[in-house]
Amino acid sequence: MAGSSASLRAYVITRVLLMVPMLLILLTFTFLLLRVAPGDPVSAIYGEKGNPQVIDQIKRELGLYDPLPVQYFTYLRGVFTGNMGTSIVSSKPVIQEIQDRMPATLELTISSMIVASLIGIGFGTFAGTRRDRPGDFGTRIAATLAYNIPIFWFGLILKLIFGLWLGWLPVSGRFSARLNLPPRVTGMYTIDTLLSGDFRAFVDAIAHLILPSLTLGIVLAGFFIRITRVNVIQSMGSDFVEAARARGIPERSVFFRHGLKNALVPVITTMGLTFALLFSGAILTETVFSFEGMGRFVYYAISYRDYPAIQGAVVYYGILMVVISLLIDIVNAFVDPRIRY
Amino acid sequence: MAVGDARGRATILGRFVGRPAGRLFAHFLRESKSAAGIIVWIGIGIVLAIIFMAILAPFLAPFDPNTKVANPETPPGGAFVMGVDRSGQDVLSRIIWGARIPLAIIAVATTISLAIGLPMGLLSGFVGGRLDRILVLVMDSIYAFPGLLLAIVIAAIIGRGVLNISVAIAIVYIPTYFRVIRNHVSQVKQEPYVEAAIALGMPRRRVIMRYVLPNVAQSIPVIFSVNAADSVLTEAGLTFLGLGLPPGIPDWGFDISLNWQRFEASWWATFYPGLFILILTTALTFVGEGLNDILNPLLRKRDLKATVEA
Amino acid sequence: MNVLLEAKRLSVTFETSNGPVHAVKDVDLTIEKGTTVGLVGESGCGKSTLGRAILRLLPENARVNGSVLFNGLDLAILSSKEMRDIRGRNIAMIFQDPMTRLNPLMRIRDHFVETIRAHDPTVRPEEAVERALKVLADVRVPADRMSMYPHELSGGMRQRIMIALCLLFKPALLIADEPTTALDVILEAQILQLLQSIMHEYDMAVLLITHNLGLVAEFADRVAVMYAGRIAEEGATVPLFREPRHPYTQGLLRSVIDLDTMKLYSVPGAPPSLLGESVGCPFVPRCEKRMAVCETVFPEIRLVGEDRRKVACHLY
Repeated sequence: MAGSSASLRAYVITRVLLMVPMLLILLTFTFLLLRVAPGDPVSAIYGEKGNPQVIDQIKRELGLYDPLPVQYFTYLRGVFTGNMGTSIVSSKPVIQEIQDRMPATLELTISSMIVASLIGIGFGTFAGTRRDRPGDFGTRIAATLAYNIPIFWFGLILKLIFGLWLGWLPVSGRFSARLNLPPRVTGMYTIDTLLSGDFRAFVDAIAHLILPSLTLGIVLAGFFIRITRVNVIQSMGSDFVEAARARGIPERSVFFRHGLKNALVPVITTMGLTFALLFSGAILTETVFSFEGMGRFVYYAISYRDYPAIQGAVVYYGILMVVISLLIDIVNAFVDPRIRY
Repeated sequence: MAVGDARGRATILGRFVGRPAGRLFAHFLRESKSAAGIIVWIGIGIVLAIIFMAILAPFLAPFDPNTKVANPETPPGGAFVMGVDRSGQDVLSRIIWGARIPLAIIAVATTISLAIGLPMGLLSGFVGGRLDRILVLVMDSIYAFPGLLLAIVIAAIIGRGVLNISVAIAIVYIPTYFRVIRNHVSQVKQEPYVEAAIALGMPRRRVIMRYVLPNVAQSIPVIFSVNAADSVLTEAGLTFLGLGLPPGIPDWGFDISLNWQRFEASWWATFYPGLFILILTTALTFVGEGLNDILNPLLRKRDLKATVEA
Repeated sequence: MNVLLEAKRLSVTFETSNGPVHAVKDVDLTIEKGTTVGLVGESGCGKSTLGRAILRLLPENARVNGSVLFNGLDLAILSSKEMRDIRGRNIAMIFQDPMTRLNPLMRIRDHFVETIRAHDPTVRPEEAVERALKVLADVRVPADRMSMYPHELSGGMRQRIMIALCLLFKPALLIADEPTTALDVILEAQILQLLQSIMHEYDMAVLLITHNLGLVAEFADRVAVMYAGRIAEEGATVPLFREPRHPYTQGLLRSVIDLDTMKLYSVPGAPPSLLGESVGCPFVPRCEKRMAVCETVFPEIRLVGEDRRKVACHLY
């Protein structure tokens, strides 16, 4: 027992240390991408109409004329100190924008993940246990349609049906204008309203979250269904399942304790890998639903060629991805005793 | 031992392209009657239909897609089967013409991804060692990054245009090809017959081309179709966000970006383009999945082990 | 009555997309209490399927005909609940590859507790662990292995644990499907020695399914030789080995290297496909002693000689 938790600790430490080179590569890659490319944001905004001397001066101030290694180190230092410049569009520090918007995206991401997991694992298991029967085929086709659907189009349709035609749910924003925002604890309206005891506001926050979560969640569920299905089939056909049946273990236990549990291990890993998809989808979903999170921020940044903002957003996502993949690995090592080296 | 002669080269083509292709096709026809087979045929049918639609656009489209032909936002009916969008253009004509861009992008993006990802994966998997470790680390870092975001950044830098979008999408997908191929290659490399070939002194390039590549080739069609479907969706996403194409070219994604804010007033202008994107990507997925079901059992059974000439 | 298990006209057919595959055809097999019956044959002859058919562990596309009488009770018609009760309690099975037969996410201890409580829910976990420790001692597995996960244990250890799991309820019959094929010779000897002592101690009957004639010669009281889903020959071990009657058995026994001549004999040809219907004796293409009648009429089992050997051959 002591042995296994020590190896778990060793595993976690190793993985955290591995995080560093990965992060550096990501940051460097981002830097190269943004700096080495032709054009620059200042010219992009002012175009030919601007006074070349003014443009030149702004560029100088932004450090765009410094030698590349200097720019690189300034960039890295900026990332680590949290100073990533000021958004050209909003004039707020980029780090501030990230802080303001991150909770929204987190809310959306987490609730979409929950929707996707429930639907995905549920239907995936359903399909896996009814292999090659109508239920299986139907589910697989539905799953294929789900993950091939353009997310923004799907969101628009849901908006149309549930928001405009049926009027059941709100279609934009995170919160109704007529209600008061809760005092900020986490920045996530669902949690903060709950914490402040404002039940009406809580319901309102949830209502605004439903359609965006369904949009992103259902598309993601398409993937999860397939992954779960394949793993359930494989797991239920494995040798230890047969051996368990041979010992007279009831089918229900065989299914849950032997089959499903083992099937979920690779599913969890893969679910972790789909976080990248989640963030991509969030950009589109937030845009469609005017949900003011990081995704929407990226949209603005790109539309206005807001250089520091794009950079900040990319760095933020990069770090988040590495952290999440680390978390997934740790969860995996916790769940599967074979992984801890 | 007949290693490294002209006959050997000719045999590669015959043995690994001609005859297997023939056998594959025969097996394919046989298996098509099954459920997996029907799916593939439906997929192929739809893709071909869309390709024809794109090619024959000048003849099929009732109106010019870029000309105002009626009052903006006229609902579907009469001469305008799918209605008219906010610029007064016929939606149906724009749908028909709009098939060209996604298809072009698929062609270019997947070719670039394959052309770069495949050799890199082959090399990395086969050679192993430090090169492999470094490449894997780099590719994994890119792979972990949200695809759309990466495409956005690249597109924002290199600008709009069909070729540029294709390049952006291609770059995003290279790590996928790399990973799958590289993993498969390292697996195949352990097989006894590859060891034997190397031990017998066969030059490495030849070992890769004759033994490793044909085995690994079975994973390619599947990644290809996933890549293709993804390209369409990514292009649509980019265009939706305002980054993809300059205005003026009919494109399904572009139409959505043009009309989505008027969704309540003229839902048809946004609905149909999106529907066709869905149809194309689903068809591509059907083809890919069907190919997977058919190719994999076949190649497992046939045990694609080339014989070492003694 | 000394008969523990009696299979009568047992047939197993798999419905596949290529057609029906007759893995087991009209097999009669008897196992007496406390005895060991060896079931031998080439790969694909149906012996593993037969073993699984007894415990009804076949996949969904399997169609079973005939009866399997266990102490007079026909297992083929029991409800799934009743059958589940028999598995692990009255009849147990060990498999070929021990490496993949334990749940990787469960500790060894949990495997035992689960098995015990599956048959007797009233047993408390602590009691179950006690019982498990006793059985582990019988198979000579140290007690500290209980808290480990399967991947921490060697193949030999895992196989012993599999055997221990079978012994929990002192089953009357143990079906051993190639129990040592995946192990090296030294381990094989150890496991077999273990099995032998357990057989005596627990007075257990064993159906030893294997392609290893040496094992059978040493451990089995009776031997049944299977070919293409049917029993070719069956009888007491020593007479059968001394004087094999079926041409296939003769071929099998000759397939050992002759140290004098250093020649290896092998039965020419390959086993027939089990797909679809067949006519006549399945061994015909490979039989040196074939006759015209063999091609058209299937030889029913007949009793031959003093030892009342069962042989399915037109020669007799």
